[in-house]
Amino acid sequence: MSVLLIVPVVGPLLAAAVLLALPDRLMLRRIVALLATAAVTAVGVVLLVATYDGGVPVLRVGGWPPVVAITLAADPLSALLVTVSAAVVLACLVAAAGTRDDRRRAFLPLTMVLSAGAYGAYLTTDLFNLFVLVEVMLVPSYVLLALSGGAGRAGAGRVYIATSLLGSTILLAGVGLVYGVTGTVGLADLAGVAREVPAAAVAGGVVLLAFALKGALVPLHDWLPRAYPVASPVVVALFSGLLTKVGLYAIIRIYAVLYGGDPAYHPLLVAVALASMVIGVLGAIGVGSMRKVLAFHMVSQIGYVLLGLALFTAASLAAAVFYLAQYVLVKAALFLCAAVVRATRGTDRLSRLGGLASSSPLLALAFGVAALSLAGLPPFGGFLAKFLVLRAANEVGDWLVLTVAVLVSLVTLLSMLKIWGVAFWGEVPRAARERTARPGVALLGPPLALGGCALLLGPLGGPLLQVADAAAAGLLEPAGYVRAVSGR
Amino acid sequence: MSGPLIVGVLVAAGVFLLLRPGQLRLVLGFVLLGHAVNVLLLAAGGLHRREPPVDGGGPESADPLPQAFILTAIVITFGITVYLLRLLRRAARRGSRPPETWDGGPR
Repeated sequence: MSVLLIVPVVGPLLAAAVLLALPDRLMLRRIVALLATAAVTAVGVVLLVATYDGGVPVLRVGGWPPVVAITLAADPLSALLVTVSAAVVLACLVAAAGTRDDRRRAFLPLTMVLSAGAYGAYLTTDLFNLFVLVEVMLVPSYVLLALSGGAGRAGAGRVYIATSLLGSTILLAGVGLVYGVTGTVGLADLAGVAREVPAAAVAGGVVLLAFALKGALVPLHDWLPRAYPVASPVVVALFSGLLTKVGLYAIIRIYAVLYGGDPAYHPLLVAVALASMVIGVLGAIGVGSMRKVLAFHMVSQIGYVLLGLALFTAASLAAAVFYLAQYVLVKAALFLCAAVVRATRGTDRLSRLGGLASSSPLLALAFGVAALSLAGLPPFGGFLAKFLVLRAANEVGDWLVLTVAVLVSLVTLLSMLKIWGVAFWGEVPRAARERTARPGVALLGPPLALGGCALLLGPLGGPLLQVADAAAAGLLEPAGYVRAVSGR
Repeated sequence: MSGPLIVGVLVAAGVFLLLRPGQLRLVLGFVLLGHAVNVLLLAAGGLHRREPPVDGGGPESADPLPQAFILTAIVITFGITVYLLRLLRRAARRGSRPPETWDGGPR
């Protein structure tokens, strides 16, 4: 069983190597990439089943003793995130075949390496390997952004690389400080250390700062809406499903294990969460392309997940995990809708769009479902997620949090309605009348499938909710994870 | 005392270069910051133990783990530096002067 843990890391890396060696047969290359990702998805599901009742499969690569070995481990949170990310990568690969993003030779290998880094970051159990795997994930993303970007990609690429590099430098410094203070970088040996040793709390704070930058939390969010929207929509969907979520996962994991959910940091986390929600959603009002609107909503939605973490009760953590999983799917669906719009109309600027609902009703269906789920309307998965966060906040009795969360989801709905009203209703612009292409199955399939997930997660969200409960229990009481990983 | 001093000077110089206009300075700034972090990692293992960390080393043998960290970090920094320089060269080859500000907008 635990041997399977190596598959999500090594499988895509091997696929990348094979893809580099393969001749220029696009269909063959697509099949290799899809097979590798499908294998990871299957392994993710197997791990979910294995971790569901509290088991923690652990793999010490090469059979080295615990101190020296690279240790991989899965708990419900890691298994869920690996599964969901692999599903998003799968959808993006299909959509890339539709938009022909993957005709560039480097696209598929880079995507494979990027996803391997993300899966590895979810499964690793030590801070230094977390740094290495985050780098494995980020380096291909620099190239993907530069390859796929449209106008303004040079400037956006510089912003993105400079911010990411700064974050990585801070992260490495933080890891060094943690090692200097505690003499270890293994998460299992660091459990609860920040509650006992103040210097370790400071060192851990440096690591958290780096991940806050990578996860684009306010006030460190400014790079994201500048950098992401220049990349092609498929690449942005990939980035939104993997990159910032790894930062968020690391914050959740480190706060739960290192700090043991120390309530002393509660006000700070709540403040950052609320600021992210409000500033992200307000930023989305003033911008003019689908990708930019959606990029600002990324900042805002991350706030809800952080809010669940900040409250640190069983209910709120389960809400955060549920929110994270459904949000990754919904956001990917929305960006892939933008990909369809851009592939068929040649642009996703709102001022040049109109009449999409009549020209491609299936696209309108996919976008409508995903957008309403993002705004949190019943009966979609997003409603259940928001409801769970609000209920957890209500249990704590925090009225400010409740009010802000409800208002932010109202504004989210407004800006989704703005996209709908301008791009989907309204007149078809004259320029678009002759050059509108019909979207194919590869283009429309992924957003429809992901939108379908968002719809099903509402009435049929029970299984995911149970997984989220198991993940929350593991975060609240990490003793089982720690015991399994440290091997003592 | 020398460890913190070296880290401090390197970080100061690196941040200074990052805040200057021009992309080559950005690259050099990150190189200096990378060095600073490597010295920090070395210091995290203790600078007073200098013996080589070979099998069965005595109490004065250095901590091998930070050295392994640094080796990994150097490889990553080197790769990214080369990529940044490549981007810079591509911009230069296109005949466009690299913009003065880091995001290409007005200063």
